[in-house]
Amino acid sequence: MTINEIQDEIIDEFSFFDDWMDKYEFIIDLGKKLPLIDASAKSDDKLIKGCQSRVWLDAKANGGKVQFTADSDAVITKGIISLLIRVMNDQPAKEIAEQELYFIDKIGLKEHLSPTRSNGLLSMVKQMKMYALKLA
Amino acid sequence: MVPPLGGQGVNIKKIRADFPILSTEMNGKPLIFLDRGASSQKPNQVIEAMDEYYKTTHANVHRGVYNLSQRATDQFEAARKTMQRFINAKHDHEVIFTRGTTEGINLVANSFGRKYLKEGDEVLISAMEHHSNIVPWQMACEVAGANLKVIPINDLGELNMTAFAEMVNEKTKIIAVMHVSNSLGTINPIKEITAFARKRGIPVLVDGAQATPHIKIDVQELDADFYVFSAHKMYGPTGMGLLYGKEELLNAMPPYHGGGEMIETCSFEKTTYNVLPFKFEAGTPDIAGAIGMAAAVDYIEEIGHEAIAQHEYDLLTYGTEKLKAIDSLQIIGKANNKASVISFLIDGAHPYDVGAILDKLGIAVRTGHHCTQPLMDLLNIPGTVRASFGVYNTREDVDVLVAGVARAARMLT
Ligand SMILES: Cc1ncc(COP(=O)(O)O)c(C=O)c1O
Repeated sequence: MTINEIQDEIIDEFSFFDDWMDKYEFIIDLGKKLPLIDASAKSDDKLIKGCQSRVWLDAKANGGKVQFTADSDAVITKGIISLLIRVMNDQPAKEIAEQELYFIDKIGLKEHLSPTRSNGLLSMVKQMKMYALKLA
Repeated sequence: MVPPLGGQGVNIKKIRADFPILSTEMNGKPLIFLDRGASSQKPNQVIEAMDEYYKTTHANVHRGVYNLSQRATDQFEAARKTMQRFINAKHDHEVIFTRGTTEGINLVANSFGRKYLKEGDEVLISAMEHHSNIVPWQMACEVAGANLKVIPINDLGELNMTAFAEMVNEKTKIIAVMHVSNSLGTINPIKEITAFARKRGIPVLVDGAQATPHIKIDVQELDADFYVFSAHKMYGPTGMGLLYGKEELLNAMPPYHGGGEMIETCSFEKTTYNVLPFKFEAGTPDIAGAIGMAAAVDYIEEIGHEAIAQHEYDLLTYGTEKLKAIDSLQIIGKANNKASVISFLIDGAHPYDVGAILDKLGIAVRTGHHCTQPLMDLLNIPGTVRASFGVYNTREDVDVLVAGVARAARMLT
């Protein structure tokens, strides 16, 4: 699936939730399931320091595509990371660099990507795109 | 034990009606504002005083020959008098208007530092300080080649006074400590510190940012050499604050910023400086801010510090008991003498997650390191969730918080 197809799929899945509570339950669940980065691989060069929560991001080029793994010490942050990875993982570098991520706004989680939250997510998205841009 | 139903001495209904923002919503829920520690909300009395000033009295101060400028100057200087009374300073020229606590500390670190800090000297701060009482001293130490020393804390989150006494020596040039901790709530024994320092001739700067909304401050009784705070944490406007300094010290210190207002005569060869307080107030001041801050003082004094402290103490004890009943919850900061700040953690849940869920319930709390990163590192925690109460909070607010925290704990663990 393309980045936009996956984004639309997620928006569709989230349309079944009536309230934020169910949404958060779902995201927390995703967060708990996200494969962790091995503790030994949580080196400082992979660390994105947010003021609130910390995020680790690892990227590997595979052909023209990029594979991401990531982790966070906060579970809601981690759940959102899991969605971002679902959208961007194993996609062509050019697509990752260029596609707009509209699903976050559409599923009502925009506040988690605002600079005032300072949870590392915004920087993580920037780094994912920058990594892809270098490859593209 | 929970004392009898709170609010003795404060008319909570009237007080809540004074704060228009308290009847708004957040995320579709009635706003429960528990973040006075970061910034308090503002009563109509403050908003209107500033509004009125802009509508009827505004002109630049200390410069116009015309009546309007005179009236603006009178109000501005009347605000200084109000602030002098608020902290019981000996002279009104010991009251320097600043942009806030941060600017006050930078002013002293810079000006005092340039004059008195030499290579090998020591500046003594504490382990619980806010970044704004750490970084300016680090900068001053770097310039002078001086060293920053840190008073440790005990397990309850209180200053280790034995260590403090041992750390003071002939190299110590200034001691800078907070009056009330924004992260732990601890009220520090300032008089004990100043008494110890006085005998050795060492000046003490007190960061009063969290103290002024809660405790009646008497700088002469405290014997503080410098006392700094921000208006916005005590029901006043943002961008406004105060530096109190003892006359002799302020006179001996060089100016911080150069510009208009702070000069006596200015020529390209040599400038002579104005007297206190103007020497430290370069440029057009925040006139409306000063008037707003004075209005906040009038507001606090009308309710009474005693009544406010009692009301907040009730919320602190009530909230602490209720929160402690949540199994997985740990209170961070258990000082015996504490202001109305409750920091806590839920086992297995990150503060960010707890805060994000509370936000959806309309509850505004602070999460994170509260600008005291070294303290959080010392405690080996990523941060805390912090509820801090103001005069307008109620036991019902606490009940909503406790229910919200319990819900967050269920969702996250
Ligand atoms: C103890 C303490 N010191 C200093 C500050 C900084 O105050 P301001 O940002 O108003 O300068 C704060 C506020 O966050 C504080 O709580």
